[in-house]
Amino acid sequence: MNEPNGLAARLTDVTHRYGAVSALDNVTLDLPAGIIVGLIGPDGVGKSSLLGLIAGARKLQSGQATVLGGDISDARHRRAICPRVAYMPQGLGSNLYAELSVAENVDFFARLFDQAAAERAARIDELLLNTGLTEFRDRPARKLSGGMKQKLGLCCALIHDPDLLILDEPTTGVDPLSRRQFWELIDTMRARRPGMSVVVATAYMEEAERFDWLVAMDGGHVLAAGNASTLKARMGAATLEAAFVALLPETARAGYRAVDIPPRQSSPGAPAIVARGLTRRFDDFVAVDHIDLTIERGEIFGFLGSNGCGKTTTMKMLTGLLPATEGEALLFGHSIDAANIDMRRRVGYMSQSFSLYGELTVRQNMELHARLFQIPADRAKTRIAALVGDFHLAGLLDERSDRLPLGIRQRLSLAVAVIHEPEILILDEPTSGVDPIAREEFWALLADLSRNQGVTIFISTHFMNEAARCDRVALMHAGRILATAAPTELIRARGTVTLEEAFIAYLEEATDQARPAAERFAVKPEADIQAGSSKPDLAASVISGHMAVTAASLSPRRLIAYARCEMLQILRDPVRLAISFFGTALLMLIFGYGITFDVEHLTFAVLDRDQTPESRNYIEEFADTRYFDQRAPLADYAALDRGLKSGKLSFAVEIPPDFGRDVKRGTATEVSAWIDGAMPFRAETVQGYLNGVHLSYLTHLNLRMTGAQTRWQPAQVATRDRYNQDFKSIYAMVPSVIGLLLIFIPSILMALSIVREKELGSIVNLYVTPVSRLEFLLGKQLPYVGLAMVNYVSMVMLAVFLFQVPVKGSSLTLTLAALIYSIATTGLGLLVSAFTTTQVAALFGTAILTILPGLQFSGLIMPVSSLSGIAATIGYGFPTTYFLRISVGTFTKGLGFADLTGNLLKLAAFVPVLTVVSLLLLPKQDR
Amino acid sequence: MHRVSNIWYLGIKELRSLGHDAVLLGLVVFAFSYAIYSLATGISFELRNASVAIVDEDHSRLSNDIVAALLSPQFKTPEQIAFNDIDRRLDSGRDTFILNIPPKFQADVSAGRSPTVQVNADATAILQAGIGAGYIEQIVTDEVNKFYYGTDTQPDPPVALRLHITFNENLESSWFMGVAWLINIVTMLAIVLSGAAVIREREHGTLDHLLVMPLSPFEIAMAKVWANGLVIMIAAGLSLMIIVRGVLGLPAAGSLMLFQMSVMLYLFFATAMGILLGTVARSMPQFGLLFILVVLPMVLLSGGYTPLESMPRLLQIVMQAVPSTHFVKIAQAILFRGAGLDIIWPNLAVIVGVGGLLFVLALSRFRASISQAAG
Repeated sequence: MNEPNGLAARLTDVTHRYGAVSALDNVTLDLPAGIIVGLIGPDGVGKSSLLGLIAGARKLQSGQATVLGGDISDARHRRAICPRVAYMPQGLGSNLYAELSVAENVDFFARLFDQAAAERAARIDELLLNTGLTEFRDRPARKLSGGMKQKLGLCCALIHDPDLLILDEPTTGVDPLSRRQFWELIDTMRARRPGMSVVVATAYMEEAERFDWLVAMDGGHVLAAGNASTLKARMGAATLEAAFVALLPETARAGYRAVDIPPRQSSPGAPAIVARGLTRRFDDFVAVDHIDLTIERGEIFGFLGSNGCGKTTTMKMLTGLLPATEGEALLFGHSIDAANIDMRRRVGYMSQSFSLYGELTVRQNMELHARLFQIPADRAKTRIAALVGDFHLAGLLDERSDRLPLGIRQRLSLAVAVIHEPEILILDEPTSGVDPIAREEFWALLADLSRNQGVTIFISTHFMNEAARCDRVALMHAGRILATAAPTELIRARGTVTLEEAFIAYLEEATDQARPAAERFAVKPEADIQAGSSKPDLAASVISGHMAVTAASLSPRRLIAYARCEMLQILRDPVRLAISFFGTALLMLIFGYGITFDVEHLTFAVLDRDQTPESRNYIEEFADTRYFDQRAPLADYAALDRGLKSGKLSFAVEIPPDFGRDVKRGTATEVSAWIDGAMPFRAETVQGYLNGVHLSYLTHLNLRMTGAQTRWQPAQVATRDRYNQDFKSIYAMVPSVIGLLLIFIPSILMALSIVREKELGSIVNLYVTPVSRLEFLLGKQLPYVGLAMVNYVSMVMLAVFLFQVPVKGSSLTLTLAALIYSIATTGLGLLVSAFTTTQVAALFGTAILTILPGLQFSGLIMPVSSLSGIAATIGYGFPTTYFLRISVGTFTKGLGFADLTGNLLKLAAFVPVLTVVSLLLLPKQDR
Repeated sequence: MHRVSNIWYLGIKELRSLGHDAVLLGLVVFAFSYAIYSLATGISFELRNASVAIVDEDHSRLSNDIVAALLSPQFKTPEQIAFNDIDRRLDSGRDTFILNIPPKFQADVSAGRSPTVQVNADATAILQAGIGAGYIEQIVTDEVNKFYYGTDTQPDPPVALRLHITFNENLESSWFMGVAWLINIVTMLAIVLSGAAVIREREHGTLDHLLVMPLSPFEIAMAKVWANGLVIMIAAGLSLMIIVRGVLGLPAAGSLMLFQMSVMLYLFFATAMGILLGTVARSMPQFGLLFILVVLPMVLLSGGYTPLESMPRLLQIVMQAVPSTHFVKIAQAILFRGAGLDIIWPNLAVIVGVGGLLFVLALSRFRASISQAAG
């Protein structure tokens, strides 16, 4: 399967920038086909960018890149080779779905490559068997250990028999045994598919020794390329790590010296850290299982183990961040109490990820921490000055700390962690991803702290050469400590050459996986395998098979893959599910009853300056209607004023002195009413009511004075309140609330679901698999439309049975409209997700875009026909407007399909518009 | 003393973080300026552009006078339609009102037979139908009286009713809406900023960092309250001065100092609410849903959108425990009615009380939320 010129990829003058930072600087490089090519170098030197470009996940900015014989910047070529390339991005299982089980994850990828059910089942079984994951096939991915996650990632990558396998740091954060198994697995796969090219990035130099061909990178440049022995020989170095350091430019190497840690003088006194039977459970998961530790003062104690084995949890318990479920932990003989502020002054902590404030400068970060530890200003000044010197931070003081290279950031983190001169330092993987030189510098600082200042250091790491420097190490696996001793003792106890081999031996003993790899990963002959790869002409068959994949422009299988995946995720997040169901019902309940424009129970009081039977007659007109609630009579103007000012009265009536006398005499007199105008529409309504009451008084007066039944008028006006004879808000509000809740919640969930993929990294599946943007969007949308429809049905039930608001018109039309509307509202979420990259932005963008126009301009308060200017434009351009008309129309006006065709069509028009715009805004490649 | 300085420096840190988030600041500026302006002026509770159609079966001078009296801006130019079209046009929501002037209307008026004009109102457009029907009735009556008596009004009734509108004489609804949305945006932003600040600190691991330092959750939370509160208070103050008073022309009756003080106390509640939600939610999507669940009722039911008195009794009682209800009352009392502290202090007491309760609750959840994150 080698390319004609024997190259898997060829880069010419490739430069890649993120803003002002350049990740790749004019790189020209040929990657041979059919072998394992390793990219080596620390974090941030451009390895990931390079792999992303080759995989087609990132957009080529400048220069040329040829992958599998074609131009990768050509979309047609990308589509053509996509079924032949597999890409496993950096991070443990970052392109997997944590809530999905092992088998479901592999199945998802198989569907993305359009494999039929039988083929999928056969391939999944075979891959899981080969990777030893068969017995975990139903376990959710989030409950896998780091090593298992990476094996699963590999299964997903190999599901379509790729010709080019791209692995970005597949073993970072994985324990040594799993690491070894991982590479054995790769060898097995290569034995089965001899033509397969593999490109791997790694930060572990030991691991890189086994690759066929290496590319050493630093600062966006290629330092050297060739096989390991050539590189070592060229630089005259014994190890690859030494060769790499020697390859670095002179300036970078300045100050590099291998750290030599003097032996520890045992110090008297109680141990610094003691743990007895320390245990921590999260629900049914035991993160830390009865561990015992004793760490002497001044000791450098190393903690080894894979990600997820409980190291971080243990450290968090020791700092008091997490309470222990069982057992106890003592610092300097005192048990740990989260409320013990004084103890915290004696401990320094550096967490796994960079946890300083990135937007603050180096100086601001140090000053903030000095202040928070209440170091007096003058002492803080000298302390900071000393640390700046020791940690080589001079000249960087006013840099924003998130702009610093990783190695310097970690140095700053350590400086901050020791600013208060703690007696214990707890460091959680402080050197992960840091280049060898920076790591040496870091260890020099640790050596000084331990040996010269007597600080106890508890450090976790993945690097065996770092572990070998510790006074003692503990090997941790699956929540338990396998062994604790000095590194040399561990090696001696297991009779191995290196600490890594000793660790592997302990792990094998613990996990009972001591069987030889050949037995475990049985190599199957090519002929046994399903699909086209059994034909003799492998290349031709693969290509023809892949052509079939790309031919179908819209594959229902790929669309369903996303729909199914999203559905499973929703079903497995009970909180989200509960809020979206019960929350919707609850809001419907509250708003159905609560949003009302009925003006009732208006409070009023009377200032009766007449106090005659006639004035009481007048007041009685107000007494018995549901519109008014009378309050205690007012004594004077001051009381009237206060009543209105406090908002306790909606209006006040003043009856003038001599009212009764004047009425009897027929002298003109005047009653005054003061109406609170703060809420204009209420005041308008009150005006109307008062005129009505006054009129009714006049009629009654007329009756008493003249005996005539009614006051004669030249003409009558009869108002017929159509559709809603009682003029109750509920008949308009309940149908409207359905419309509002069908936009607020589905659109937000939709937007977040896509932006989540962007934030968590699984969006890369869209970039590197044959799935098209349309299949991706529609597939993601389908479950949320379903969710919205379930909510719709439950809300209609509530409307009909609880609120007693029947659907007088065509319920079929209403349901059809709800379906179209749900597609439109989730489409709005898609649109927001297309131009936002963080979940916060998506949340607020969607909230603002739906709540404001939904409440104000969609006809809920005022008909859209009465709006003008921008408000009218927004109103007519918003789907809720049309759905509210249909909803109110079918519920209250008794309308059917024919009456609502116009509104249905307008509503339907939103669907293609929103989909097309979202589609255009969603890139098929990362920047 | 240490506490105060810790709270001070942590708050400064909070402000620096906010200062670096240009998108968020842009959102704050937009929300307090253009959004409030368009929300306040885009809609009017006064009768505006109501669409009305006429079925004139009389075609007399009087019927023409009536049609001519339905003027802009209250009404759109009335359309003449046929009797058979009434139902169709009301069904489609095209017209809110349809007047039916019967045959021989003018002749019947002249002859003293007191004929009837029928007004069909689409009562699903609750607000407009209610207010508009009164207007139309008045206009028809006026025109008929003018025709019949030769003047605008009937002979003087024995008792007159004089209506005074206080506090907002012209019933300018943009004032009401402007203040209502100012309050809503204060609520939304305060919850969002403080809640997201907590989730962000937890996601970035900096909360762990703070909790291993000699700091109490009280200091951490209090710093978030004052820093986020200060930003919103300044934004709200500027918005009130420039947008609501300046552009919309609200003649703020009461003391602006008192209003700002109330905003401050209300922000204590709202930021505490945000922090509590931030400690309850495990992820941003969950926070988003909780936000909707909490903010929508506060926006819709606290009296700034629909009148409180008409809500069901039970809901009114529940809403009395929600500070935003009291804040709406305070804002209306100070800004429209010129009320002083003597009148609003009970409302302030509720805000502070509930805010304090939520604050204490949030503190107790602070540590628990870390263990959740690890799970």
